[in-house]
Amino acid sequence: MPEILASVLDGLLIGLVYGLAAIGLTLIFGVMDVVNLAHGAIIALGMFAVYLLFGAGLHPYLGLFVVALLGLAFGVVVYLIAVRPILNAPPLMTLLSTFSVSMIIIGVGTAVWSTSPYNVNFPVTTLKILGYTVTSARLVAALAAVLVTGFLYYFLYRTTLGKAVRAVANNREAAELMGIPSQQILAISFGIGTALAMLSGALIATLFPFTILSGGVYELKSFVASVLGGLGNPTGALLGGVILGLIEGSVAPFIKISWTNVIEFAIFVLILLTFPTGLFGGRR
Amino acid sequence: MKLLARPFFWLIVAATLVYAALPFWGQNVTLRETLVLSAIYVILATNLNLMIGYTGYVNFGSIVFFGLGGYLTLWLVADHRWGLYPAVLVAGAVTSLLAFLLGIGVLRLRGAYFALATIGINEAVKDFVANFDPWGGAEGIFLPFTAFKAMGGPGKALWTVYLLIVLVMGLSLLVAYLVKRSKFGLGLFAIREDEDAAVVLGVRAPLYKTLAYSLSAFLPAVAGGLYFFKNGSVVPDEAFNLHLSIEAIVMVMLGGQGTVTGAAVGAALYERLRGLLLTIQGLSNFHLVIAGALLLLIILFAPGGLMGWLYRVWPRLRRVLE
Repeated sequence: MPEILASVLDGLLIGLVYGLAAIGLTLIFGVMDVVNLAHGAIIALGMFAVYLLFGAGLHPYLGLFVVALLGLAFGVVVYLIAVRPILNAPPLMTLLSTFSVSMIIIGVGTAVWSTSPYNVNFPVTTLKILGYTVTSARLVAALAAVLVTGFLYYFLYRTTLGKAVRAVANNREAAELMGIPSQQILAISFGIGTALAMLSGALIATLFPFTILSGGVYELKSFVASVLGGLGNPTGALLGGVILGLIEGSVAPFIKISWTNVIEFAIFVLILLTFPTGLFGGRR
Repeated sequence: MKLLARPFFWLIVAATLVYAALPFWGQNVTLRETLVLSAIYVILATNLNLMIGYTGYVNFGSIVFFGLGGYLTLWLVADHRWGLYPAVLVAGAVTSLLAFLLGIGVLRLRGAYFALATIGINEAVKDFVANFDPWGGAEGIFLPFTAFKAMGGPGKALWTVYLLIVLVMGLSLLVAYLVKRSKFGLGLFAIREDEDAAVVLGVRAPLYKTLAYSLSAFLPAVAGGLYFFKNGSVVPDEAFNLHLSIEAIVMVMLGGQGTVTGAAVGAALYERLRGLLLTIQGLSNFHLVIAGALLLLIILFAPGGLMGWLYRVWPRLRRVLE
């Protein structure tokens, strides 16, 4: 029994990080109806960003702040090149253009780092909580995910810029009539979504070894988590991530680890078919 | 429609014959292997075009049909001692039926939701097969050598399978052409333009798009069966390679979605381009980057693809090419 509880606890902690990645995806969809297929590649970029910063002597947790800023800037650039010109085209176009960004990132990444595994090797201690052993890295990653989410909510609901983001998400034309510069807001939103993806990648890099292709797994998990919570709903995405983590944690002691993916994708397709707007009701 | 009086029909026949005849010139095995890949790409792109170009539903996981066809065929041939011909036909029919049943569900979704669901289906099937012991799990299925013996030894079998793949390519083009010229095809195009309006005007949208989805599964599944039979083995990562699925979308976009010629020419061009990029020294590492940049450029500046451009420059082509 204690092993199961420990596994569930592990799942909960990693689930919060999945949730953070999913929020990045869902935020972009919520604001501009774009499914960002470069999400996984951007997560992988986050992993390598923290790796490079660590190599330059920066502690991974301090590196997170730099990664967030890099993500914001990178997201704005991607938005301006690949999303803005075709924002009003059919959904296929933005799916393909973000996918082409993903191909470019993965291609450059493979040329630079090949596909061999890397890891961020920094001292990690183990802690005992209520008799269960967890590593400090996992605890900090989960905590960071919660803090970033809290910060995002503060931004969206308490600041003028955040309110503008929500206004544009609700109704772009009406927001423009109220004098909100929607293009800048969209660029910033894409930047924030990208920053969240890179942050989650950076956090994952402190836990597991990774390759340039690792982002794909977390991209798919982000899809599942955000669809579970209803695409466009950040709280739902976080909860979706936690649900995923809990499923992984609670089935891990009983079946081969490779079956968890089958379960997750089966749930994903079933949820799409039965509750396309997510478990927690409507969009946004 | 008098098929035999249509120049485009004869164009399809000619293209198929050229593919079939070229490698026999001096028994050129290298050329044959290149053309196999080219023909497979044409099959995948042409059938995917039924969904993307005709119906307007972006199927991101179309490769799942190809993979399932491969797995079913090799399972029937290797474990149940079936001949290749009944095996590929049954594999195609079963895959098509599965697609029909699945389509009833997933085609209720639209736009991005549908696209995501198709990715989910492909990944779910891949992970399931990778864990499914009767199909060899992650190691896949290997053909026993005797399977080739029934077809007159491996050398002869490979040539036969090549011709069959080319035949499937020809059939794919023909089906795409016939659908486009039919009332069924007109219904699909109406769904693409505005599904709600099409329903109001009496198009049975749920039935039509499910049939299109199911139809787009049949020939790729047969092709998958032939392709993996030729390879002698099938593994999950190769059979359900999401990347190839998305490359198929690139081919359709490159040539021009919604046109038979466009999808086919886009596929053949993409195969050549990919081959070139992989062989040029110093560029091989960057072939993904170049393909990605190319895709981005098409989307941003030429969303109609090659055919869109040709039609603009030379409008008369519309009368001949479909």
